[in-house]
Amino acid sequence: MTKLSPTRPDGLVTSIGASKNPGLWSRTWPLLIGLMVTLSLIIASLFIGVYDLSSEGGREMFLITRVPRTLALILSGASMAVVGLIMQLMTQNRFVEPSTTGTIEWAGLGLILTYIFIPQPSLMLRMMVAIVFALIGTIIFFAFLQRVALKSSLVVPIVGLMLGAVVGAVSTFVALQAEMLQNLGIWFAGSFTGVTRGRYELLWIVAVTTIIVYFVADRFTVAGLGQEIATSVGLNYRAVMIVGISIVAITTGVVSVVVGSLPFLGLVVPNIVSMFRGDNLRTNLPWVVMVGIVVITLTDIIGRTIIMPFEIPVSMILGVLGATVFVYLIVRRGRRG
Amino acid sequence: MITLENVTKTYAGETTIGPINVQIPSGGITSLVGPNGAGKSTVLTMMGRLMSPDSGRITVGGLDVAQAKSNEVAKTLAILRQENHFVTRLTVRQLIGFGRYPHSRGRLTVEDERHINEALEFLNLTALQDRYLDELSGGQRQRAYVAMVLAQDTEYVFLDEPLNNLDMSHSVQMMRQLRAAADDLGRTVIVVMHDINFASRYSDNILAMNDGQVTHFDTCADTMKSSVLTEIFGTSVRIIDDIDGPLAVYF
Ligand SMILES: Nc1ncnc2c1ncn2[C@@H]1O[C@H](COP(=O)(O)OP(=O)(O)O)[C@@H](O)[C@H]1O
Ligand SMILES: [Mg+2]
Repeated sequence: MTKLSPTRPDGLVTSIGASKNPGLWSRTWPLLIGLMVTLSLIIASLFIGVYDLSSEGGREMFLITRVPRTLALILSGASMAVVGLIMQLMTQNRFVEPSTTGTIEWAGLGLILTYIFIPQPSLMLRMMVAIVFALIGTIIFFAFLQRVALKSSLVVPIVGLMLGAVVGAVSTFVALQAEMLQNLGIWFAGSFTGVTRGRYELLWIVAVTTIIVYFVADRFTVAGLGQEIATSVGLNYRAVMIVGISIVAITTGVVSVVVGSLPFLGLVVPNIVSMFRGDNLRTNLPWVVMVGIVVITLTDIIGRTIIMPFEIPVSMILGVLGATVFVYLIVRRGRRG
Repeated sequence: MITLENVTKTYAGETTIGPINVQIPSGGITSLVGPNGAGKSTVLTMMGRLMSPDSGRITVGGLDVAQAKSNEVAKTLAILRQENHFVTRLTVRQLIGFGRYPHSRGRLTVEDERHINEALEFLNLTALQDRYLDELSGGQRQRAYVAMVLAQDTEYVFLDEPLNNLDMSHSVQMMRQLRAAADDLGRTVIVVMHDINFASRYSDNILAMNDGQVTHFDTCADTMKSSVLTEIFGTSVRIIDDIDGPLAVYF
């Protein structure tokens, strides 16, 4: 049996600690490769499109449409992936993300109501309403979660999807009454087609929320250990939940207004990253951000090229991808028992 | 010292725990024993401030656990409940690192690394330190959580049935390690135990509960008597004197 003296007489860190520190290089090269892949996709995104950039006015076109579209991809992809991960840590459930909790549908309902009650609402107003509705939806979901004994069970996302379906149905009904069904359809088919200069700038807000997540990352990782362990190590669990829910609502609200619904991104990305790198949020955040950008940029490029000169909305491809990952997760879980 | 004054807890208007008045001295290991549903976990959870009592007052090491700042309490006591179902994908080493959270808030110092290495060694987890928790057996995971709690470096350590997932040899190892934590590191360990023989062999005091009340609190030697144990467990218990001390026989 190993016995241990309260303080090591030599006061040194044991050799295990030393051997556990792999060289700086072996830690950074995967990141560098990831960074290169991400950058090449970003560049590809900038130069793929119907419009011939070398023709007259190409430069203008590039600045008005391609750059904003690519920036929007980067910002929304990264932030939605990060939001998915913090939701999974907060709920201790791998299947949770804004589209499996009703959050996105609530934001959509908010938007439809704004259009109905206020003629030509400003972008800012729409954003505020979307955030408030996303907040209400997320709080309702978390309130429900408090009553579930087994938080990691599949019941959680199923109820979340049902909540979302109900809210979505209300939106459809309201839109139908107000003859705005088409607007709703366009919104649900989240797409980067209409993202141009003057229409994407609000997305810088989610860059800020993502940076905030980086600075409080450890708190979310500790919260992911469960309320009891988190409390035992002195975390203010309630405060972390409030901050987390706010970040979820703000990010989902902003992305909803600018891009529309981006389902399953927050499900797919964190689960891929978790498989390879675990759940330590602070050290994983660069990876979640990069994979988020890669996934959304790829789906957008596919959507843009597959039936050129027309476009398939990103949300459609994300839906297919998300459903596949969802099923894979369930099957894998079944195997593990 | 841990004091409970008139502590009560009522579940759903039916089961009532307490009122409990007890003082547990510092140092050594105190085992909480008693039949299922006696209220052991409830009392431990309240002492660890994971649940607040309906009435009464609990102090641990002079801190009123309901009033003191959470981070202050986290430097005084650490509590581990029975295993939860969701397993975060952290490595053993990362998990133990989060035991240092009250001291470092996540940014590990050299001092923290030293505590982590010691906790790893202490529970024979050094070889497993880079394995993810969801790739461990229930028993290995249990040891990792205990290592996390010890790395928190608190004077008081509360554990709810830490032997639950452990086989015989690991149970013995775990109890020896807790013994060493008490003797060598000067920790005060309160542990909920199932097996009275394990409890008596490795702890200093035994606190017995029944029906929400503390029915007995004494040293092991004075508890390991046929009449006392028969009353605590509500089934006839004989004592056999083994060379290492008394053994309870109850079948
Ligand atoms: N969350 C709860 N809701 C209702 N009753 C509970 C709850 N937790 C425990 N109890 C009841 O309180 C009593 C004591 O439980 P507990 O402290 O877990 O006992 P022990 O740990 O000694 O087995 C039992 O009768 C149990 O059914
Ligand atoms: Mg119990």
